Amino acid sequence: MTQRRTPYLILAPGLILLILFLVLPLISAIFPTFFNGGFTLSNYTSFFLDEYNFGIFWRTIKVSLIATLICVVLGVPTAYYISQSPKKWRGLLMSITLFPLLTNSVVRSFAWITILGQDGILNNALMNIGLLSKPLTLLYTEFAIIIGSVYLFLPLMVITLVGILENIDSEIMEAAETLGANRLLAFVKVILPLSVPGIIVGSILVFTGSMTAYTTPQLLGGNRNIMLATFLYQSATALGNWQGASVIALIMIVATLIVMKLFNWVAGRMDKRGEANA
Amino acid sequence: MRKNVSLKIFAGLVFAFLIVPLLIIIVTSFGTNSTIQFPIQGFTLEWYTKVFNNESFMDSFFLSLQVAFLATLLALIIGVPAAYSLARHTVFGRNWIKSFFLSPTIVPGLVVGYSMYQFIVIKFQFPIIQGLLLGHFLICLPYVIRVVGSTIEQLDFSIEEVSWTLGCTKIQTFIKVVLPNITSGIFASFMLAFINSFNNIPVSQFLSGPGVTMLPTSLMNYIEYNYDPSVSALSVVLMLGTVVLMFVIEKTLGLASIS
Repeated sequence: MTQRRTPYLILAPGLILLILFLVLPLISAIFPTFFNGGFTLSNYTSFFLDEYNFGIFWRTIKVSLIATLICVVLGVPTAYYISQSPKKWRGLLMSITLFPLLTNSVVRSFAWITILGQDGILNNALMNIGLLSKPLTLLYTEFAIIIGSVYLFLPLMVITLVGILENIDSEIMEAAETLGANRLLAFVKVILPLSVPGIIVGSILVFTGSMTAYTTPQLLGGNRNIMLATFLYQSATALGNWQGASVIALIMIVATLIVMKLFNWVAGRMDKRGEANA
Repeated sequence: MRKNVSLKIFAGLVFAFLIVPLLIIIVTSFGTNSTIQFPIQGFTLEWYTKVFNNESFMDSFFLSLQVAFLATLLALIIGVPAAYSLARHTVFGRNWIKSFFLSPTIVPGLVVGYSMYQFIVIKFQFPIIQGLLLGHFLICLPYVIRVVGSTIEQLDFSIEEVSWTLGCTKIQTFIKVVLPNITSGIFASFMLAFINSFNNIPVSQFLSGPGVTMLPTSLMNYIEYNYDPSVSALSVVLMLGTVVLMFVIEKTLGLASIS
C-alpha cells in the first residue's frame, strides 16, 4: 500500500505549490470577470466591441504574425547553413546564435533604441551619406516592435530548426540536384518540407513569445503602440482597473492556447496531406 | 561539397543582424559624451565606475542573484524527485501531471506576476519578496522537470535494480546511484533555470516594491528616463556574465546540451 502511495507523496509538494501559487491566483483573478450579479460574458464582448481595445488586440496579433513570418524567412536558410557547416565552425555559429538569446531582453531592446532613435545610429548614418534630409521616425512605431521581436526570438527559431535540419542527410540535396533541380528549387522542394516540424515548433515559440512579450513593446513601442502585455500593465497600475487587467490576462492565455492548437492542427493537416500524396 | 555563395551571404547577414547591435552597445559604453553616440568621440571608463557606484543597480543586482539562486534551488529540491517519480513510477494521470508541471511556460509571465501579486501580496498580505521568489520558482520548475526528466529516462533502469538487489533501500539508491548519474542533467537545468530567472522581467514587473527591484526591472526603469552610456556599460557587464556562463556550460556540458 505504501508502495503505491510513494509517487504521490513525492509529487505532492510540487503539485501543491503549483495549485496554491499558479492555479488559485489565476482563478481568483479571472473568476470575477465572469460575474456581475449573475454569470456574464459582457466583460469580454465589450472588450472586443470597443474599438480602442480591439485595435490593441489586432496590433498584437499583427505584430506577432509578421515577426513570426520574418523569423521563418530568416531562420530556415540560416539554420540550414549552420547544419551544413563543418563541425569546427558549427560551434562558433551556434554561439553567435545563442549569445543574444542568453542576454537580457532589456539589453537587446536597448540596442535597438540606440539604432532606431530619432538621433540614433541609423538615422545619423543615413543623413551623413545624404540619403535623408531629416530623421525618420523609426522608434516608438509598430516597425520597431516587429524588429525588436524578431531580434528577440530569431535565435529560438534558428536553434529549433538546427536541431531538425542536422538530421537531414546532405546527400538528399545532392540527389535532388543530380535529378535536375537547381539549388533554390532543391531547397524549396526538399529542405523546406523537411523542416516543417521545426518551423511549426519555432513559430509557436516566436508567435506566443511576441504576443505576450512585455519588454519589447514597452521599450520600443512607446505610448501609442500598446500591445496586450503593456495594456495589462497599464490597466492594472496606471488606471487601477483590475477587472480590465484580468480580462486581458485571460485573453492572453486563451490566445496563446489557440495559437498552439492552430499551429499543431496545421502541422497535422500537412502530415496527412503528405501521406495522401505519397 | 560546393558552397552556395548566396546562402553564405544570406546567413552572414543574419549573423551580423544578431551580433552587430550588441557590438554597438559595447562601443557606445566607452564614449565620453553624456548621451549615447556612435561612433564615439574619446574614450572613458567613467560609465563603468558610475554603474558600480549606482546603489540601486548594485542592490538590484544582488537581489536578482539571490532570487534566481534560491528559486532555482527550490525548483531542484521539488523538481528532481518529482521528475524521477514521473519517469519511474506508475502514476495515475502521468502525462496530465507532467503537463501540469510544465504549465507555467504556457501562462504568459506577466499574467503569472499579475495574478500572484493580486492574490498573494494584496489578498493574503505576503511580503513582496516571497511572491517574487515563488514567481521565479514557477519559471524554474519546468526546466528542471523537462531536462532532469529526460536525463532520468535515458538512465539505465537496471543499475537501480542491481542496487536494490545488493541491499540498498530505495532512498539510498536514489541518493547513491541515481543522483550521481544525473548530475549533468541537474547542472544543465540549474543553468537554464538560473539564466531565465535572472533575465526574467514580466514575472517581476508586478512583484516589485520599495527596495525590492530586480536588476532587469531596475535597468528598464532607468532607460525610461535616461539615455546615457551607463546603460551601455551595465549591458556590457551583463553580456560579460553571459559569456562566462556560456564558457562554463561549453566546458562542462557542451553548449549543444542546452539548445
